[in-house]
Amino acid sequence: MSVDQTIFEYSSPGRVGVALPESDVSSAGAGELLGSDNLRDDLPLPEVNQVDVIRHFTKLSLANYSVDRGFYPLGSCTMKYNPKINEELASLPGFSELHPYQDESQAQGTLAAMYATQEYIKAITGFDAVTLQPAAGAQGEFTAMMVFKKHHEKTGQGHRHIVIVPDSSHGTNPATAARCGYGIKKTPSGPDGRVDLDALKEALNDEVAAVMLTNPNTLGLFESQIAEICAMVHDAGALIYCDGANMNAVMGWYRPGDSGFDAMHLNLHKTFSTPHGGGGPGSGPVAVKGFLAPYLPVPNVNKQGERYFLDYGSRDSIGRVHGYYGNIAIVLRACVYILSQGGDGLKNVSENAVLNANYLMSKLSDAYEVPHNTRCMHEFVASASKQKELGVKALDIAKRLIDFGYHPPTIYFPLIVPEALMIEPTETESIETLDSFIEAMLTIAREAETDPDILHSAPHNTPVRRLDEATAARKPVLQYNPEG
Amino acid sequence: MPYIANTPDDRRKMLQSVGAPGVADLFDQIPSDVRFSSELDLPQAMSEIELRRHFANLANANTSGQQAACFIGAGIYDHYIPSTVPAVVGRSEFYTSYTPYQPEISQGTLQSIFEFQSLICRLTGLEVANASLYDGATALAEAALMASSITRRSQWLVSNCVNPAYRETLATYSWASEYELVEVGQSGVVTDIAELEKSIGDDTACVLIQNPNFFGSIEDIAKIKAAAQAKGALLVVSFDPISLGLMKTPGELGADIAVGEGQSLGLSMAFGGPLLGLFACKQQYMRQMPGRIVGATSDAEGKLAYVLTLQTREQHIRREKATSNICTNQGLCALAATVYLSTLGRSGLRRVAELCVEKSHYLADRIADLDGYKVLSGAPFFKEFVIKCPAPIAEINARLIENGLIGGLDLGKQYPEFADCMLLCVTEKRSRDEMDALVEGLRR
Repeated sequence: MSVDQTIFEYSSPGRVGVALPESDVSSAGAGELLGSDNLRDDLPLPEVNQVDVIRHFTKLSLANYSVDRGFYPLGSCTMKYNPKINEELASLPGFSELHPYQDESQAQGTLAAMYATQEYIKAITGFDAVTLQPAAGAQGEFTAMMVFKKHHEKTGQGHRHIVIVPDSSHGTNPATAARCGYGIKKTPSGPDGRVDLDALKEALNDEVAAVMLTNPNTLGLFESQIAEICAMVHDAGALIYCDGANMNAVMGWYRPGDSGFDAMHLNLHKTFSTPHGGGGPGSGPVAVKGFLAPYLPVPNVNKQGERYFLDYGSRDSIGRVHGYYGNIAIVLRACVYILSQGGDGLKNVSENAVLNANYLMSKLSDAYEVPHNTRCMHEFVASASKQKELGVKALDIAKRLIDFGYHPPTIYFPLIVPEALMIEPTETESIETLDSFIEAMLTIAREAETDPDILHSAPHNTPVRRLDEATAARKPVLQYNPEG
Repeated sequence: MPYIANTPDDRRKMLQSVGAPGVADLFDQIPSDVRFSSELDLPQAMSEIELRRHFANLANANTSGQQAACFIGAGIYDHYIPSTVPAVVGRSEFYTSYTPYQPEISQGTLQSIFEFQSLICRLTGLEVANASLYDGATALAEAALMASSITRRSQWLVSNCVNPAYRETLATYSWASEYELVEVGQSGVVTDIAELEKSIGDDTACVLIQNPNFFGSIEDIAKIKAAAQAKGALLVVSFDPISLGLMKTPGELGADIAVGEGQSLGLSMAFGGPLLGLFACKQQYMRQMPGRIVGATSDAEGKLAYVLTLQTREQHIRREKATSNICTNQGLCALAATVYLSTLGRSGLRRVAELCVEKSHYLADRIADLDGYKVLSGAPFFKEFVIKCPAPIAEINARLIENGLIGGLDLGKQYPEFADCMLLCVTEKRSRDEMDALVEGLRR
């Protein structure tokens, strides 16, 4: 379905999409009350009647691919099914129509759910304290790095100004550390795709504040020497942070807090099934060891007897990272999800996520190169290097997958694998879905040999074809202009 | 297991293909010394029926805007949400998709963000807007960071009349990024401009103002702009999008960057989140903006299409040299705002703004007539105003809630000089009957 009009083109003077009441009070007019100096001349918003508003956005929705429409193996993003009960319960008016500054006695239900979620996260990750405030994964990282910075400041280690990130890390890791005023040192991965311990040892010294590590890492491999790594980092007087983007692989099997990590974040929109929303709202709670708890953002939810309250107590807190308490409606969805699964259920989630990924890898590793072709965790990274020799890039394979009705994997990440295709099926997909996807991938590998042009010109049946991204960046058009 | 399709039989088949005797073998990479071997300490799994009961009980343990008329604002507002908004936002084609990395199958999300950016530009009178940030507080902090990178100056000057929670967030960000945050006092319920003029120095990157300010009052932005400009500092204005249905735009007032909380545009209060950070600026600063941006372009057949653009600013390309560490926007919240503004349109948004002004002034006039109460908001105000009360606010509010009324914010906690003062808010949703009931509740 292609959409040819913007909302502005439905506009005609005098139309409106909702009926509003007349004023029921006698006061002077708003213009007079505000004073003419404070008034704008014109309000150039569109004027559209309700049916056109609904049709326009319905048409737009049909131009989207989504999890509810089909398989979405976008590596690192954990595009699992978003249960409908989460949406329904988090939207109950008792939750949605609650103001954040109402007296705590009027918010006991929401506070109880927040407190419970903090406790569940502690149980799942093996840490001692949790903040729900960060609005997304990247803000969770930022919060954790500020907690580290504060700890160093308070313990006379403020001179530490370097953060180490492996070359396979998410881009948010170095960007976050830089925002905290840290310099970045990048360490290479070893030949097995894991942290190179010698290189890490070499990089560690008393200028290093922290190491940021994703475990399982972005190649879908568990860092088997994690206990040694954490010990090594601590011996150097630094702290170690776990990017929890890949927690979906290990629930009930591994708790980062048990292996020596000092802090981690979770992406509720990945592991805990809250919807991705076309790019947010997410939620990125941070869990820390007890010695870091005093530095977490305030307020936190606490409990005294049976009464829940917002705790502003910690004087060493880094402060606020959000205007209020975080993305609470998202936290509620995650809370519903955790309770729908229980401990055994979450363990079962990770088992099936890992099984599905290994099954896909086993079926694809003949046709595609898989650089670290051992066992993977919840995702694996294939490479289109064989196809590249035939003039077909990872991008072409991705676009051709769209023709077969799939969302493509993450491509060109991690940066250390050339022509990377990062595939994460998640646990919610059936063997039939996986088999059809495998069939498509094998067909595409054959097409790369026999008919590469069909890959170069893909996708073929989408609302639009490949886009001119270079012109978009060179001559930016960032808002609707009626003159065209 | 309703969310997992694999049957025991499927699992056997798949394990065979993988060449693993059992599922446990797939976790071989986790050495035994770090492997978790006990059971997760979580409640028993619940069925849908049990979940429904449990969460209905929790929701009922709250006293929400359903049971009581909300007169509290202070940054989160009980505005009316037209039925079109949940109808569109509830479409799973939108809410179960992700960041539009593959534009050919994401035109729905991309075009709606393009329209969002266009609407925010028109609302604010500025030339470019991004695809949104987390919330109004962090949008203000991002604006200050951006001002520092543009001016290469390190001091942020913020008025005390900016939302205290925003200032706390600014303090966190300035400390982390090693910038200096300086606060300027108020005179009554508006910024003390004389003090502000004195405080702006050669190292001031930006002046951060809220308009209408935290107390609901309108600031003299023209004077503040002149003072900032004289010293080469950027002006950042935090706005209430509903007020822009009537009021002069940040662009007209000379803002270099305008930010705001978009919750009023079709999002429920939800105990303060998720929210929507609005961010717009002058054209010349486009390439320093944080966050996602959508642009128009054409496809291989010359057809108009939309795509994420200017990505060389962003973390996944520039890593530590990115303009911000932000990855996604608040996509679905931006969609809600787009539908909200499209539904209300030119006359609707103006009407909502007018109702806010007229009703809040009605209530202020009635309270001014009450013995023992005083309205402290002298300057023109939009939908919020400050009253001085004859008793502690907690006491008054406890009485009001008994009558189904959620009273205003106790200002004394954040502003000692406003002890026994309450910040009241009146949106278009409040009826005359509710306001009269509030007046009666205060009288007792």
